[in-house]
Amino acid sequence: MTRIGITVDGVRTEDDVEPRLLLVHYLRERLGRVGTPIGCDTSNCGACTVLMDGVSVKSCAVLTVQADGSEITTIQGLAAGGEWHPVQQAFHEEHGLQCGYCTPGMVLAAVDLLANNPDPSEQEIREGLEGNLCRCTGYQNIVKAVQSAARQMQEAGQ
Amino acid sequence: MTDTIEAGAKAVGAPLRRKEDAHLLTGQTSWTDNLQLPGMLHMAMLRSPMAHAKVTRVDGSAALARPGVVAVYTGADLGSVSIPCVWPVTPDMVAPAYPIVATDEVRYAGDVVAVVVADSNAHAVDALEAVDVEYEPLPAVVDMEAALADGSPLVHADKGTNKCYYWEFTGGDYAAAAAKAEVIVKRRFIQQRLIPTAMEPRSVVCSPMGASGEITLWSATQVPHIVRVLLALSTGIPEQQIRVIAPDVGGGFGSKLEFYREEAIAALVAGRLGRPVKWTESRSEGYVSTIHGRDQIQDIEAAALRDGTLLGIKADIKADMGAYLQIITPGTPLLGAFMYNGIYKMEGYHFGATGVFTTKTPTDAYRGAGRPEATFALERIMDELAAELGMEPLELREKNWIKHEEFPYTTIAGLEYDSGNYEAATARAKELFDYDGLRREQQERRDRNDPVQLGIGISTFTEMCGLAPSRILSALNYVAGGWEQATVRVLPTGKVEVVTGSSPHGQGHVTAWSQIAADALGVPFEDIQVIHGDTRSSPNGMDTYGSRSLAVGGIAVLRAAERVVDKARLIAAHQLECDPGDLEFTGGTFRVKGTPGAETTIQAVAFEAFTAHNLPDGVEPTLMADSTVDPDTFSYPHGTHLCAVEVDTETGATRIRNYTCVDDIGNVVNPMIVEGQVHGGLAQGIAQALFEEAVYDESGNLVTGTMVDYLVPSAADLPWFTTDRTVTPATTNPLGVKGVGEAGAIASTPAVVNAVVDALRPLGVTDVQMPCSPHRVWRAIQTANGGAA
Repeated sequence: MTRIGITVDGVRTEDDVEPRLLLVHYLRERLGRVGTPIGCDTSNCGACTVLMDGVSVKSCAVLTVQADGSEITTIQGLAAGGEWHPVQQAFHEEHGLQCGYCTPGMVLAAVDLLANNPDPSEQEIREGLEGNLCRCTGYQNIVKAVQSAARQMQEAGQ
Repeated sequence: MTDTIEAGAKAVGAPLRRKEDAHLLTGQTSWTDNLQLPGMLHMAMLRSPMAHAKVTRVDGSAALARPGVVAVYTGADLGSVSIPCVWPVTPDMVAPAYPIVATDEVRYAGDVVAVVVADSNAHAVDALEAVDVEYEPLPAVVDMEAALADGSPLVHADKGTNKCYYWEFTGGDYAAAAAKAEVIVKRRFIQQRLIPTAMEPRSVVCSPMGASGEITLWSATQVPHIVRVLLALSTGIPEQQIRVIAPDVGGGFGSKLEFYREEAIAALVAGRLGRPVKWTESRSEGYVSTIHGRDQIQDIEAAALRDGTLLGIKADIKADMGAYLQIITPGTPLLGAFMYNGIYKMEGYHFGATGVFTTKTPTDAYRGAGRPEATFALERIMDELAAELGMEPLELREKNWIKHEEFPYTTIAGLEYDSGNYEAATARAKELFDYDGLRREQQERRDRNDPVQLGIGISTFTEMCGLAPSRILSALNYVAGGWEQATVRVLPTGKVEVVTGSSPHGQGHVTAWSQIAADALGVPFEDIQVIHGDTRSSPNGMDTYGSRSLAVGGIAVLRAAERVVDKARLIAAHQLECDPGDLEFTGGTFRVKGTPGAETTIQAVAFEAFTAHNLPDGVEPTLMADSTVDPDTFSYPHGTHLCAVEVDTETGATRIRNYTCVDDIGNVVNPMIVEGQVHGGLAQGIAQALFEEAVYDESGNLVTGTMVDYLVPSAADLPWFTTDRTVTPATTNPLGVKGVGEAGAIASTPAVVNAVVDALRPLGVTDVQMPCSPHRVWRAIQTANGGAA
């Protein structure tokens, strides 16, 4: 067991964890943060994407001990003070989700994408979200949502 | 965060934002795997690594000694329970028992040999290696035609054959049509095996409720009502003691239209141990344990005159069942039996299907289920016929399709298409696509021998959906019906509950049903709650598949709401002291005709119905009604899909340059949701054309057993879609709606492959087997050149 300290969606926790424990399992099974789902076992699908110190990571590809000392933002912590993030709002407005299973990862990957590239082209969005699979939408409305969020965030100076 | 609409405005037809989104966008979800119950145990399945073997010994004692392990079950414990097949397509169909845990033989890689139950998933998975199993290998049966040949090893030795069934259907006289024909074009097409890959893996939790003997089963399923019935039938647990809940479900595409062994195992293990249990598949486990789709060999021929008049279609298919029959495995190919004629008129029609057992994961319904296969074969052979005749492929189609003034039209396959306008959809699609411009560019590229050739693919599809009229299902030997039920309740405070037997898993039923009820009752969209997916709160239902929810379940919502209004009218008339016939009802208000001010609202009536202080004689308290709709016929959406691809003839790489489709699904309830359904269907259909294939090696191992190897397309792999609609309302239901959930997946695959072949036809290529990967395309070019490919 290894002692770790980790802040998840603004709440700091100290814990003893097995070295093999994946971050996604820690979030789901120990902290009950089940808003982050698991979609594969090969780190292809991206459903479990979270932000680690502001950078998107697939939480199935991070050991909990690697996240020691970091700040994790999951989909459950993205809406600050109950106000949806512009990316969440844009996914709603543009119908960028159907079943919603890929949505937590897709939204957080898009947040990271826009942090690095506030005005992406369609192709840059498609390539930027390549690590997140969606089986429902055909991606077009996801692309539209990211474009729309980019406009909203630029107008708001975020 | 849900949309509101102005009072009096119509909700139906508006692109209202979805009520479902808020909890999905903020992670407040209830996926089955999220459930944690006190004392819950975890199950792991020991799966056969071999495609076919005798199991001579299974010993769980060492596993039982591993940390955290509570129990180990084998076929000796659980193998007497079988998964039922509910579609015996012929009286002599071979239907082997499908034990939920293999007893003496495994028949596909992934078959369950033992179940380990432990205090954590990690402990359960860790202990699998300690289960001692002895296998005696038997020959794998991988290829369908080899499986049918004399002397083939048998998947089920006691059955004496690998043939599951032969089923035939004819219309008119194909032999006569062929005798009259000046041209007969024959092709063999391969529908590769696909893996549905809903993003949410399957998961099941079962909790026994103590001394009462009741159990609650949560499952990532499309069909909680069907699971309840089949769980009762297969395990003997009394049906009234079973509650099945489908909480948030993350996609299905047919793969969750099932009753799976893990559901039965969970119920039995929970009962034996008296504790809640959970099982969630890993993705690679799901790739062998959750049903696959398609997998057919299609021999099709088209008979025609030189002027392009189509005389007949003959299709003989072999359909891979896999090792066992899941609930509708044998019937799935037959959902295409009436569709190999599509939108075309002809004199003779023959369809024959042979179901074949192999040592592979069972197949079953995957998005479109039988109709994508039919549409592919037909639309591909139409292009081949056009090439043979030297005709423009769109002109060949137009020459033969049913004209809009000919509806209703009874097809050669005996179905009555109620409505359609192929001319309008095609004209609109050609315009949006710039068909003539792209044809010109194609010619220019051909003229200059451009290494990047342009191909244009066409698919003028229709399909039968809205499954289904119960009496037709009966004629096809399906053992259940195709009705749907809804209940509408106006609560004392005027808010509304809609209970539906449809079971959504991404389609947006909560929003769409709210729109239907809002208009019918004249209440605000946001005042409506839709309840679904729990056999206790929505006790009757036939669930969601086959593009049936709106055309069947949505109609039930409408009818139930209309019955509520009928009852409310009696109460309102009593309150207003008038004859019910003197009331008009608009926007939620009853008004006495010709008497301004004499009015009451449906909400006020609901309160009167609740207090029951002053109801008319013979009217019972509360304001609610239900409706169970069994449709008279199918729904027949159609559309014209056009695809332009650029194919690099030096590398074989294909890029979709333009994908345009105009679908006609009749009236729409929510155009935003409809467009999303079309997009998703296109993505899956294009994926079949270009990317996806479940590959088995000759030993029966699934080579594409993880997401690394099975190519689910990402955003970077798919094009921008240009979509539009024409509106030819269905005449067979009061909303005028047709199904849309599968349309994109049915229409798009042949459009893409036709485009690839069209690009390469000047090089002598007449077919490219799916998926049209760069390697396959390059090889097709080399073969056509006479090269050693």
